[in-house]
Amino acid sequence: MLHLILFLGFGAVCVAGAVNLLMQRHPINSALSLVVVMGSLAAEYLLLGAEFVAAVQVIVYAGAVMVLFVFVIMLLNAGEEEETKGSRVAVIFGIPGTLVGSLLIAWVLLEHSGTRSVAVGALPGPPKTIGWLLFHDYLLPFEVTSVLVLIAIMGAVVLAAPPESPRREN
Amino acid sequence: MLSVETFVAVSLIKTVIALAVLLTAVAYTVWLERKVVGHIQNRWGPTRVGPFGLLQPLADGVKFMFKEDLIPPHVYKPLFIAAPMLAVVFALTSIAVIPVGNTISIGGIQTSLQIADVNIGLLIVLGVTSLGVYGVALAGWSSNSKYSLLGGLRASAQMVSYEIALGLSLVGVLILSGSFSLREIVDAQSGTYLGFIPRWNIFPQFIAFFIYLMAAYAETNRIPFDLPEAETELVAGYHTEYSAMKFAMFFMAEYANMITVACLASLLFLGGWHGPLFGPPLLQALLPVFWFALRIFGFLFVYIWVRGTLPRFRYDQLMAFGWKFLLPLAIANLVVTALVVAVRA
Repeated sequence: MLHLILFLGFGAVCVAGAVNLLMQRHPINSALSLVVVMGSLAAEYLLLGAEFVAAVQVIVYAGAVMVLFVFVIMLLNAGEEEETKGSRVAVIFGIPGTLVGSLLIAWVLLEHSGTRSVAVGALPGPPKTIGWLLFHDYLLPFEVTSVLVLIAIMGAVVLAAPPESPRREN
Repeated sequence: MLSVETFVAVSLIKTVIALAVLLTAVAYTVWLERKVVGHIQNRWGPTRVGPFGLLQPLADGVKFMFKEDLIPPHVYKPLFIAAPMLAVVFALTSIAVIPVGNTISIGGIQTSLQIADVNIGLLIVLGVTSLGVYGVALAGWSSNSKYSLLGGLRASAQMVSYEIALGLSLVGVLILSGSFSLREIVDAQSGTYLGFIPRWNIFPQFIAFFIYLMAAYAETNRIPFDLPEAETELVAGYHTEYSAMKFAMFFMAEYANMITVACLASLLFLGGWHGPLFGPPLLQALLPVFWFALRIFGFLFVYIWVRGTLPRFRYDQLMAFGWKFLLPLAIANLVVTALVVAVRA
């Protein structure tokens, strides 16, 4: 019972953070709302029983990725966004469209893809299980992903490196 | 199993005790630092308030509370006020998963000397400390002052960079003990090598300990890595614009982080609370806590000693040291440890 209340509570915080992220006009407030979303997602994972995923969510997303976001916003000293009036079409069709779309996705996922709902606290998530899955059952996808990350790192290094000094004319 | 009511009551009591001890320890670490640095520099340090200046932290606390709380006119107020709170909350939270001794039983209730015994304790400490960057970064940004902003930027870049080396240095210990639970890591260090050397992780993992030490100094913004608040360049860095209790919160956060780092070092590398046990049962139950506190004291003393001895790095030296020396060293240490463990298994 307590688990369920907490689960719904953190879910509400998560959605509120996401809405706030869109409503805020200052980039740093939006970034901080995203931190709240990440944090409450971690709490949801924890309540489902996936404690390792929850901890990694906090360390990687809230602790590293979002810190870099905030860092960049601070460095560029980005100001407030200018507000446009917004198109009426977006309001009239956008909001109902989003609602219908998300309901449709939820229905398809629940009814047709063979997914089962997970009881609170029943997700197998100790570090040992995850390690076994990553380095045994899914070793190839794991390694491919790491190569992908390596490519991204190399791309960042190439982009960030100072341009080669122009060759001297003889 | 305890009933829910007893569990809540016991947890509450443990939380109150842990927080009270932690805050007192924070106050007296400040006193210790002033005293030790004073003696290193051939001064006396605090002497006026109480014997040996022992009541100085109390006087400081009262002063902080009654000082005028200035808020400069051009700050971004919500974050300016929230930043010191974030810093102190994240600094104090990690004590919740740190064990300080064995299980004890009082009046038929068995309880471990730890607020929450979770099996991913180490990850929780790392996660909470990685969130501590926000307090510093947001304080620097929201102050709307160039010194604060530079301090905040330096702090966040430095903390993110050294977090990697810090994390990797701990993986070696994790491989040796095979658990994320701080209690199990300590239990794995009981016994001796060759009959007389205690089985502490610092002996097989001395390189990791060195990396941890360096990264910990950088993570807590201490000399020789205190660039974020380098007073000769940045006035006081990210907390330049803060006064009274808000400044005190940053101060408390810094010392609480030092204590957390010292706790982790004792648990992961120095054998936790293991030590000779003797005497009546009550003494036997409390001696581990004493041995643990002794290690923390030793670690903090080294912290202060380093502060009294070393000059400050340049910022490019700090970054080069972190990325080009500590990180490769940590990876090499990790690979060697993994190979040795795999060959033995």
